Amino acid sequence: MSTAELASRPPSGTTIARAPRERTASWPLVDRIGYLLCWAVGVGLCLIALGIVLYMAVKGIAYLRPSLLVQHPAASVKQSESGGFLDPIVGTLIVAAIGIAIAAPVGVAIAAWLSEYRRPAWLARAVESAIEMIAGVPSVVLAIFGLLIFSQRFLGFLSETDAGGAVSGKSFFAAGAVMSLLALPLIVGSTREGLAQLPDRLREASYALGRTRATTMRRVLLPAIRPEIASGTVLGMGRIIGDTAIITIVLGLTLTNEGIGHAPLISTLRGSGSTLTSYIYTNSPAGEGSAPQKAYAAAFVLLLIVLALNAIVTRLTNRGGPTEDSGRAFRLLRFEWIPWTR
Amino acid sequence: MDPMMPPPVRRIAVDRDPYVAPPRPVTNGSPPAAPPAVATRLRTPRPVAAHVRQRMSIESVWLAYGENWVVRDVSLPVREGEVLAMIGASGSGKTTLLRSLNRLTEITAGAARSGHITLDGQDIHELEVNDLRRRVTMVFQQPNPFPMSIFDNVAYALAERPARGGRRRRRSPEIEHAVAHALHRAGLYDEVAGDLERSALRLSGGQQQRLCIARALAAEPEVLLLDEPCSALDPISTATIEELIVELRESVAIVIVTHNLQQAFRVADHVAFMHLGELVEYGTSGQVFDHPVQERTRDYISGAFG
Amino acid sequence: MTRTRQWATGRTDQRVELSLGALAAVALVLIGAMLLTVLIKAWPSFSHNGLSWFGPGGDVETQLRAMAELKPLPGHSILYFRAWPLIWGTILTTGSAVLIALVVSTLAAVFLTEFAPPAIRRILDPVIRLLAGVPSVIYGLIGILVIAPYIDEHWVSTARRASVSHVVQISGADVMTASLVLTMMILPIMVAITAGALASVPASWREGSLALGVNRWRTIWRVSLRTARPAIVAATILATARALGEAVMLAMLGGGRSFAPNLLDGVTALFEPVRPLAATIFQNSEGLTIAPLAHTVYAIGAVLLVSAAMLSLAGWAAKEQFKRFGVRG
Repeated sequence: MSTAELASRPPSGTTIARAPRERTASWPLVDRIGYLLCWAVGVGLCLIALGIVLYMAVKGIAYLRPSLLVQHPAASVKQSESGGFLDPIVGTLIVAAIGIAIAAPVGVAIAAWLSEYRRPAWLARAVESAIEMIAGVPSVVLAIFGLLIFSQRFLGFLSETDAGGAVSGKSFFAAGAVMSLLALPLIVGSTREGLAQLPDRLREASYALGRTRATTMRRVLLPAIRPEIASGTVLGMGRIIGDTAIITIVLGLTLTNEGIGHAPLISTLRGSGSTLTSYIYTNSPAGEGSAPQKAYAAAFVLLLIVLALNAIVTRLTNRGGPTEDSGRAFRLLRFEWIPWTR
Repeated sequence: MDPMMPPPVRRIAVDRDPYVAPPRPVTNGSPPAAPPAVATRLRTPRPVAAHVRQRMSIESVWLAYGENWVVRDVSLPVREGEVLAMIGASGSGKTTLLRSLNRLTEITAGAARSGHITLDGQDIHELEVNDLRRRVTMVFQQPNPFPMSIFDNVAYALAERPARGGRRRRRSPEIEHAVAHALHRAGLYDEVAGDLERSALRLSGGQQQRLCIARALAAEPEVLLLDEPCSALDPISTATIEELIVELRESVAIVIVTHNLQQAFRVADHVAFMHLGELVEYGTSGQVFDHPVQERTRDYISGAFG
Repeated sequence: MTRTRQWATGRTDQRVELSLGALAAVALVLIGAMLLTVLIKAWPSFSHNGLSWFGPGGDVETQLRAMAELKPLPGHSILYFRAWPLIWGTILTTGSAVLIALVVSTLAAVFLTEFAPPAIRRILDPVIRLLAGVPSVIYGLIGILVIAPYIDEHWVSTARRASVSHVVQISGADVMTASLVLTMMILPIMVAITAGALASVPASWREGSLALGVNRWRTIWRVSLRTARPAIVAATILATARALGEAVMLAMLGGGRSFAPNLLDGVTALFEPVRPLAATIFQNSEGLTIAPLAHTVYAIGAVLLVSAAMLSLAGWAAKEQFKRFGVRG
């Protein structure tokens, strides 16, 4: 049969069957039950997850008015007079900024040391364990530890000292510093993963040109993993923004951001205030409880911020584009501050 | 395959005379005369298996992925007691045809088929698919042992068989015996008998592939499908597995897909040459290699294309 | 990946290495200092109560109030404290949440990677990511404004209330609500990690298993989930750590007082209030300037800290175990 006579389709009249899905009817009963259970759980989770998101969206949109975003909160029992939540928003931003400002450089430095130097080996292992433990400590415990540290006299300049000489230890400085511990393991983990994925030939090429390890790191390696560092930072920010315990304990909860002293920026940072999370808590029935609508509105704003941060992380970690392998594309969230591949 | 390469050379073995290819006639653009015959005079006539019977029958099979028909109107018999080698260039559809024999093509969405494939007279599409796959097992190109111990790997399919008793107690003597038997058949037993609880991933490449063969044999299949089993292995492992294949054909029908003509030459009893989805030629090994009927077969065997 | 370790060349490099190493050591110093200071501050409470600190004996609320007012309870010193209701509450909430979440997250992850139609996968991917990042105070908000009142109205009958009213007031904010919401909180991250691990199982293993005649469900169970076991274990440890440390949501939804739900009450026990360890620290953070209260709160913190350290250790041990069969991760 020469090429010219090659038939291109099966002769008409013959049946063409498409690949069927594996019929579960032939499976043993145990397997079928498992399969159904899987579907039930999956669909149920779907519904609950969507339900939560939609409920928050509906309530939030119902109660959120733009004026709320720019008004200061005021002490009042009546909803219409209790103002907006500008101060909490500003407070959230301040705490996140301080936290990241401390955690990012320190985290990247620690990750770089763990990845490139690692001498002495016992110290490297100990530091890794320490970072893992910091990641696992509950934030309340971090909070009471932070309070202990910052209420020492020698750190009195960072917060308010009352008439009797007792340092309160509660300020934006203190809260930001404790928050940095929340973000640190995420940044370290993310940066280490990024460095581990860099091929050795990058380093070899740089050393072969006579560059020191430090220069290699500064000019070749760290710039190469900017997306990973950024995504770790954003994840850290997300964790900081979502925390309530540290805020309640280490940031003396006042309705508006009240500064201490007169220096322009420092006074705010030395003072106390509130963040979106503490605002939500205070306005819920668990706190002073009189303004659930404001709480919903604030919660919606918080969710939008979290959504935005997630979107940024997605953009950063998908820089490979459509050529990514399926496993990576499905890694829903890199919360793995317990380092995986060590 | 390099067009300038001489015709296939037999494997150099101690007990056989080495074969040296005759010099190719120098041509200057003119089509070559009938290419030199592959040395049949040195091919030791292999005894035909005592008991050859037809196991599977492929009748006018067409296979497609999406709208692209990759196998066109192929009909072949698969017999126990012999090795059927499917040869051809990449894209000739031989792997797809192989995979359709145990309905593995169904895991790809959008696959379509036409024609009949029967196993012992029954249409395989009417059998329960997992049942079929236990009777027609497959070994893949890359060794893929599971991340379990050697014993667990070989016993993997066994625990499923209801015939061996409903309980899945791994340590039942039946399963132990079956695992040992399968490892013997795969020629791996002596090498691993010391410690069957070792992780399978610690074996060498050749051993892993033999483990995969043992795993496939554990279920006592009627047909064994091999998809280029030696392409990822070194020559010594390849030789071991080829000997294994020739031994196994007594008890199992073997279909092997290979792009390596020398390998087909060494192991096959019947050869099917496929090109662009079509079955170009089918015949005994001696016939196809020494006296190919079709011109395309001749061209492929002599290396005109690869 | 082994790389030959080079000695730092040049003085700058050495200085950089030393300073970076010192910075890294700071992390070590920090966790050490944390352990030390919290334990030191907690010591008076432990030394005074001894091992019965962990046992039952009276109502935590009255003990804490006595400390806050600096009026010791009759017959006891000011530091008298029995933490059993808190510990029991922690065991109940964290334990039930992690157990339920383990089962549900495994099934959900299998559904997501194996059975779900692509449209559902595309929707659920960002939704689960979002839920994993939702702050706990928002979960608390939904719980306290929606779930608790609903349960209070429809599920807690007057008869039930009366049956335990001599001991405690029950309401919609209780151990069951708190545990369920806690489960919901730790689910997304477990699903995410498990699904990621399942999707990374090499296709050759799945294909090999199918080719041997093992049906899809068993293939998932015996090959994919087995390969994903390290991930599941790590996810569980992560989730347990998060559940242990959850203070705010449990404070909001636990029912307002420290109480040890009495399982002998049967179904009513589900509606009894609870306040786990972390939530107690949170609720009593105002009084940290009062010495006895501070010692007690730090003692609770010390217990949490040690638990976190042990969880870390468990995670490390589990990973070592899994390296045996060459399973990744």
